[in-house]
Amino acid sequence: MSGTKEPTGPMTFEGRIRLGVIVGFIALIETLCRLNTIPATVMIAPSEMAGALAAILASGQYNGDIASSTGNVAAAAAISVVLGFVAGFVIHAWPALRGAVEPLLASYYAIPTFMFYPVFIIVFGVGNRAIIAIAVLLAVVAMITATLNGLDRIPQVLHKTARMYRMSRPNRALLIDLPAAAPYLFTGVKLSVAYAFIGVIASEFILSGSGLGYAIAYAYNNFQNREMYALMLLILVMVSVVNGALDVVDKRLQARQRR
Amino acid sequence: MKQFGRTILLVLALLAIWQALYLTVGETALASPLITAAKLAQLFRTPSFWGHVAETGYAFSYALALSLLGGIGIGVLLGVNRTSGLVAEPILIALYSIPKVTLYPLVLLCFGLGVSAKVTFGVMHGLIPIAIFTMNAIRQMKPVYLRTSKVLRLTPVQTAATVVLPAILPEVMSGTRLGFSLTLLGVLIGEMFASRRGLGFLITNAIGLGDIATIMAVAVLLAVFAVAANAALLACYRALHR
Repeated sequence: MSGTKEPTGPMTFEGRIRLGVIVGFIALIETLCRLNTIPATVMIAPSEMAGALAAILASGQYNGDIASSTGNVAAAAAISVVLGFVAGFVIHAWPALRGAVEPLLASYYAIPTFMFYPVFIIVFGVGNRAIIAIAVLLAVVAMITATLNGLDRIPQVLHKTARMYRMSRPNRALLIDLPAAAPYLFTGVKLSVAYAFIGVIASEFILSGSGLGYAIAYAYNNFQNREMYALMLLILVMVSVVNGALDVVDKRLQARQRR
Repeated sequence: MKQFGRTILLVLALLAIWQALYLTVGETALASPLITAAKLAQLFRTPSFWGHVAETGYAFSYALALSLLGGIGIGVLLGVNRTSGLVAEPILIALYSIPKVTLYPLVLLCFGLGVSAKVTFGVMHGLIPIAIFTMNAIRQMKPVYLRTSKVLRLTPVQTAATVVLPAILPEVMSGTRLGFSLTLLGVLIGEMFASRRGLGFLITNAIGLGDIATIMAVAVLLAVFAVAANAALLACYRALHR
């Protein structure tokens, strides 16, 4: 999203301040909870959240939910990436279609995809497939947009080179287009994973009977604050770790592009 | 004019796909375009439906105003100070990509059921993209603008109003487009989960009853509203960018 270059090295000046800000924020919440300014019925202290998280991980009572949620996220992200790339490729090759579709793509995210859940339930049956379908619906558009963006930015000279070598269309796609657009495509992969997480957790939360999202909603409805905050923390940690890892790869690819 | 023709063609194509899907999956799963149109017309004649629309509209405009004010404010502050921007950017992006539904119980525990929880949820979705776009716009602003304002000895307020804001307006518009969509999404999800009024509640209710026609009718209404608003903002953006 930004054009600034991240300096490499163990820890930058800004990185240290950032760490300080985050640690300070957690310490503030911890203090407020300990002093009962934030009552335990609203929020439990971060240290207690971590303790509760360790306890539920050790007991293994949510292992099934964790496995089903991560499985759904992985499936949804994989399907979105493949589908989105193919759709983006087709739309890019057909400018008339693109002109018509683009305003739709831009306002796509205002439509809460979750409302189509009953349709998916009847088509796919109750269970994981309906959840995956909703997550794909949410994630695929990010991949389409990224693919269009990536194909747009392939330097004209590469196309000329392909023409000089008289490459066939599939050859050009495989040997020229794909590598040249790779960094932008990876940004699409990153976004697809983030949206797949959002789609799966939100569907489980609102509509399903299994998975981490459902476990949180269940804990909320039964006033089990400890379990609820532990699970919320678990999801935040999982998402941050995955997004952070993808972000590092993304930055590397972008930096290579600029060399 | 050519663009207009294409849009018509696209709408016709979408209707054809919808009809084909309806014929494949059957009427228990999907309402046909015609049935949906009839349902929408019927909803339009129901006074209680307009009550739900007004409720959602109220929460949405409230949330959008807060997202814009907060997002632009935070974006300007972080954009002006380079260090604070570099510190905050990864945090903002991390916040942007977490599933915010996860935090919904916290919002409910803090704000209770009702309008304020919905508004908060809308702001949670919409504020961050606007802040990120604004911050990047200021960072990528040509340095000569600020130098000029220094030479002219403008006060910080004058600099903000006459130099910075006009310069970043196009990017802020892009952020607003995204923020607009996401704020609407946030408000609707808020209503779906914990509300007795609004379009989101209407949808949850219809999901419970298996009333596919109402779901499709509300979906079409929302989609038309979202796409139209987005096209209007895009037109503003193009006018500013010339």
